[in-house]
Amino acid sequence: MAETVFFFIFAIIAVGSAVAVVTLRNPVHSVISLMVCFLQMAALFVLLRSPFLAAVQIFVYVGAVLVLFLFVIMMLDIRQASMERFVSGGHFWVIALLVVLIAEMIFIVSRSKFTNMAVATGSRLDGSVKEMGTALFTKYLLPFEVISLILLVALLGAIVLGKKELR
Amino acid sequence: MFDLINMNPMLVMILEVLLICVKVVVVSLILFMLPLPLTYMERKVAGHIQVRLGPFRTGPHGILQPFADMIKLMFKEDIVPAKADKWLFKIAPVIAMVPVFAVYATVPFGESITIPYINKEITMYISDMNVGILYVLAIAGISVYGIILGGWASNSKYALFGGLRSSAQMISYELALSFACVGVVMLSNSLSLVDIVKSQSNWRWNILYQPVGFFIFLIAGIAEINRIPFDMPEDEGTLGAGYHAEYSAMRFAFFMLTEYVAMVTISTLAVLLFFGGWDGPGFLPGIVWFVIKVVAFIYLFMWARFTYPRYRFDQLMTIGWKILLPLSLLNILITGLVII
Repeated sequence: MAETVFFFIFAIIAVGSAVAVVTLRNPVHSVISLMVCFLQMAALFVLLRSPFLAAVQIFVYVGAVLVLFLFVIMMLDIRQASMERFVSGGHFWVIALLVVLIAEMIFIVSRSKFTNMAVATGSRLDGSVKEMGTALFTKYLLPFEVISLILLVALLGAIVLGKKELR
Repeated sequence: MFDLINMNPMLVMILEVLLICVKVVVVSLILFMLPLPLTYMERKVAGHIQVRLGPFRTGPHGILQPFADMIKLMFKEDIVPAKADKWLFKIAPVIAMVPVFAVYATVPFGESITIPYINKEITMYISDMNVGILYVLAIAGISVYGIILGGWASNSKYALFGGLRSSAQMISYELALSFACVGVVMLSNSLSLVDIVKSQSNWRWNILYQPVGFFIFLIAGIAEINRIPFDMPEDEGTLGAGYHAEYSAMRFAFFMLTEYVAMVTISTLAVLLFFGGWDGPGFLPGIVWFVIKVVAFIYLFMWARFTYPRYRFDQLMTIGWKILLPLSLLNILITGLVII
């Protein structure tokens, strides 16, 4: 009962702040809304009994990624940036594409197995750090390593792009 | 006399919730009052290091100086610059302040004490999370938003530079700080702060096994709380006062409160992670040992402040990325090899 109430509080704030991210004119305000959204997601992880994921969510996204966003945005010319709208009014095709994408997403989600998740699957981890580590390094070892390799390649790519003029 | 076991379960639950509320209020009040003794201590330490007396006029040995400061800060005019982003300018000190208080939800001050008359055992922490240390590091990281936003919202170049420097510095040193904690976590096999302290009982303090980790933790910790020699965000020589240049009155006081509580947090973490928490010779209660160790660290930070000159910003980045980070990774590797 109490959990449902809390879920709705967090979920409503999360969706509201996510909408604010794309509608607010000022990029710095958008980043703040995104921070609120991430904090609510961390709270949802706590409700799902995985405090580890919640802490990591705050640690990585709020503590590092968003600070980098702010660092870059603070160097922009805010007045010019705030004049440009995310979806400008005159573009009919943008709206149409958005509607199609939203319809597609709703269709896919409604047909997937995520809609009837009332019964939790048997092998669900209870969120303890030990179990998660064991699962990552035994059962999911290959995907884990592949992901870290992809991230490393992306990192190198970003550095090469950034240093283009040095050659 | 109460008999807690035979009471109505509903009542017991309400009492438990009340107990948590009381603990939260007590801890918050202590933290709110901390800047009073700490500012006095800082001024006296500064004075004696610089061969002068420090505050001396308000009360005997200037002991009432913090109260005079408090009254001054409360009654000063609260100025908001005309070109500031009003809303962010007003909320930034609060964003900085709330996380440093929230950290204390999981910081243990001792194991448990029994209240004499009702025979009820009370734990000396608000909650023992199984991801305690991660929670502390993650929540403490949010505090930087207050500094960055305060600097940006002021719409002044000095404040903006303070905010920019702060964001770069926090990211660089948060990595080293967290990696320094990993060595301790590996030794104690737990992320819970209570378990980490318990694993160090009987003088098996982590400082003996993790001297390099402690060294990295200390340096990164000083950088993380923006104290000299790493106080780039408020470098008064070049930036006026950095991110809080435009702040006055209580909003400025909130930033000061944040800095002092953050200093206490880093001292507390150093004691919990490396110096055995409340472990000590038995003739005094654990909490007394704990406070003594924390005050010793606070004194160390103040001592450093009035001993070392400030680094340049590029030196700061070099230390963070090229020395501390590789060193902390090496520390983790060696700890892992030794444990195996």
